[in-house]
Amino acid sequence: MSPLSRREFVTAGVAAGAGLVIGFYLPHKASSDKDSFSPNAYLRITPDNKVTIVVARSEMGQGVRTALPMILAEELEADWKQIQIEQAGASTLFGDQTTGGSASVRITWDPMRKAGAAAREMLITAAALTWNVPRSSCAAESGRIKHAATNRSLSFGELASKAATLPVPTDVPFKQSKDYKVVGQRLPRLDTPEKVRGTAIFGLDYRMPGMKFAVLSRCPTIAGKVSGFDDKESKRISSVNYVGKIGDSAVAVVADSVWGAMEGRRVLNVTWDDGPNKDLNTAAVMASLKQAVSKKGVSLYSAGEPAKASGRRISAEYELPFMAHAPMEPGNCTAHYQGSKCELWAPTQVPQDCRDSVATAIGLDPEQVKVHVTLMGGGFGRRLEHDYAVEAALVSKAINGPVKVVWTREDDMRFSTYRPASLHQLNAAVDGSGFPVALTHRIISPSISGQKGQPVPNGVDPDLPDEAGPVYGLPNYSIEYVQTETPVPLGWMRSVYALQAGFALESFIDELALAAGKDPVQFRLHLLAKDQDLQYFTTTWHTARMRAVLQLAAEKSGWNRPLPAGHFRGVACFGCFASYMAEVVEITMEKDQPRVHRVVAVIDCGQVVNPSILEQQIQGGIVYGLGNALRAKITIDKGRVVQGNFDDYAPLRMEETPVVEVYAVPSAEAPTGIGEPPVPPVAPALCNAIYAATKKRIRALPILS
Amino acid sequence: MLCDFQIHNRTSMADITFRVNGSEKKVSVLPETPLLWVLRDTLELTGTKFGCGAGLCGACTVHVDGNPIRSCSTAVSLVAGKNVTTIEGLGANGLHVLQQAWIAEEVPQCGYCQTGQIMSAAALLTKTPNPTDDQITQAMNGNLCRCGTYERIRKAIHRAAGNGGAR
Repeated sequence: MSPLSRREFVTAGVAAGAGLVIGFYLPHKASSDKDSFSPNAYLRITPDNKVTIVVARSEMGQGVRTALPMILAEELEADWKQIQIEQAGASTLFGDQTTGGSASVRITWDPMRKAGAAAREMLITAAALTWNVPRSSCAAESGRIKHAATNRSLSFGELASKAATLPVPTDVPFKQSKDYKVVGQRLPRLDTPEKVRGTAIFGLDYRMPGMKFAVLSRCPTIAGKVSGFDDKESKRISSVNYVGKIGDSAVAVVADSVWGAMEGRRVLNVTWDDGPNKDLNTAAVMASLKQAVSKKGVSLYSAGEPAKASGRRISAEYELPFMAHAPMEPGNCTAHYQGSKCELWAPTQVPQDCRDSVATAIGLDPEQVKVHVTLMGGGFGRRLEHDYAVEAALVSKAINGPVKVVWTREDDMRFSTYRPASLHQLNAAVDGSGFPVALTHRIISPSISGQKGQPVPNGVDPDLPDEAGPVYGLPNYSIEYVQTETPVPLGWMRSVYALQAGFALESFIDELALAAGKDPVQFRLHLLAKDQDLQYFTTTWHTARMRAVLQLAAEKSGWNRPLPAGHFRGVACFGCFASYMAEVVEITMEKDQPRVHRVVAVIDCGQVVNPSILEQQIQGGIVYGLGNALRAKITIDKGRVVQGNFDDYAPLRMEETPVVEVYAVPSAEAPTGIGEPPVPPVAPALCNAIYAATKKRIRALPILS
Repeated sequence: MLCDFQIHNRTSMADITFRVNGSEKKVSVLPETPLLWVLRDTLELTGTKFGCGAGLCGACTVHVDGNPIRSCSTAVSLVAGKNVTTIEGLGANGLHVLQQAWIAEEVPQCGYCQTGQIMSAAALLTKTPNPTDDQITQAMNGNLCRCGTYERIRKAIHRAAGNGGAR
């Protein structure tokens, strides 16, 4: 999702006093530009020589609790071993704290560097004043300021109090990437030991004295309501101590234990008012997309005049289903309502949205709601919603005590917010050699933000500018968006619209290559041969960078070398979240089903902060993308989500997981996204490989449907 | 007899005694309560995770008398008198060799499923100290990871088995 799309209504706050009397506290100044994203990352150095870096993004597995501190520590010249981290809750100090859009590193790269560099310069000044020597004779190194001429040094901690009295410099030099000692290193993640010990506290693990547990019975029909309930059986269970309606469409069962609450819900008798969607099914949703193809769209990207281009016309349609995030940790949130305040312990990607939504729901001001951010057992966008937090607050208010709302896996699957189903019309005019001289891509899909009542400026869903840009510098090229509507709840799921856009475009390019009788890699390289800058909203896509990732993927995969008998390859490249990605998928076919053996993945994401985390994100993104491509499909019948657990919505398991080789194009450019860019090329590369093996073109996901 | 007791007493508590990580525990819970929730809610051993409640994901894997089981789908009454080992008790003296390997290979991303993964791997290595890739796949296939850490899990198991991460 777009880093700018979600918090437009939140007023940027100002630090309300440092509050720290010892040590050295360095808040970042908020930008006066309201449209810019300016987190106030901060740093605390105490006289006991502890360097604490506050992480104002949420850790859901993507490594922010390590990567963000690395950026600050690099400029600070800290000793990495002395770094401690602190997780920020919802705050007014950090600007937008949304964790999404593969944006944590790319958006905080400059603020974190500035925070570290300013602190470094202040520590140097403090040392120079202490020793009464010129600043220029002092240097920061490994957590100390050194004066080489006299062989003296002081630790950061020893200088903290003095540094805290100095003005914060505004214009400080950044280090050059060639001098990096921390950024670019395979440093171990700081959160690994607690995760393998089992001591890491995820949302579901948080405990507080007197806490009850609640599960909710929600109307299974989309937008349906509770018409009544009988809790006689539920209350016979000794552990159950409260049953009550929560909002219009749910009944909560509260008990002393999770199991007691689950049992209470099992025997709860609720009658539902199914509402307007009781006849809704997937076929009707897909039909509504097809009906919208004749609608005029809005232009996302336009070069030349594709409609007027001459040449043989080739067209194809692709479609994708609803999908569910299904993070390993089901939804949950702990809330403690206490009349004039409410405290939350939430596994959330949006602590500030949780704060604001909870405040509205229970009639408090946002300042009366405190949100602590726990570790998350995966997010993938599902925890950009604040439904768990609101439920927990409402139940806590109803019972006037602390409670943890727990979702089961079935709750997660059936009451999720789904990746939008979409339809894609691709049309090309090709020249005598079969190369496209014109290309039109029409994206027909409901708008996630639009459904949520958030702004859709000029009819453009605010995520599309990060996720549906051009790859090739064609003279006539149009990308259009047709916004449709659906009652099916929509959410931002890893790579959001890039998955759909990338699947359609890169399948179609493969179709064009094969129609031209050309090698799919050479065909793409030909389309990328000229250095061009393609301006797409605020991102400039460089064909040279895409060409380089594709060339490296071809080289590393041995594209020009023959494969063993029965093995086939497919390729795709796509850019999103400002990163460039190419993938080569190698398969065999077993009983008409693909088995993926190897994926070669090449990214250009600018400066790599931590190669180990990069490898994790790419391996993980490809496993996620393969699961999406092969089986992920949420269907609706009689207004209800059909799938319920990991049997009928089956993620990838170890037996299906290929070897993934990860390469990054060396770059000193500012870092761009890594969490989502690996996902979109997987499905088209796999389908292109399946075509190579079977001559069957897959134009609708999932592959195994 | 145990079955009759479960069927007719779904709404009231029973006392059940078993050993967890070497210590005897007596709990008073609904007798059909899955072991998972007794570990997490009654004994506050939250290293064992809830993922699916249906034995499909392996996040809740613990050992009962040395065998890996899905604690979300095992009634606590069935482990009465038995020895349960959870992630908290896996490394009797510091970190288990698998936990060390998990750290060395930097396996976890979100980390939520990893305790269950480690418990499944530990049961594998007890029976098969030097597993092949196929044996690893077979033993670990019931453990889901949505972050997609499978490749590093495989490497970590090989490392713990003494192969230094060799495939």
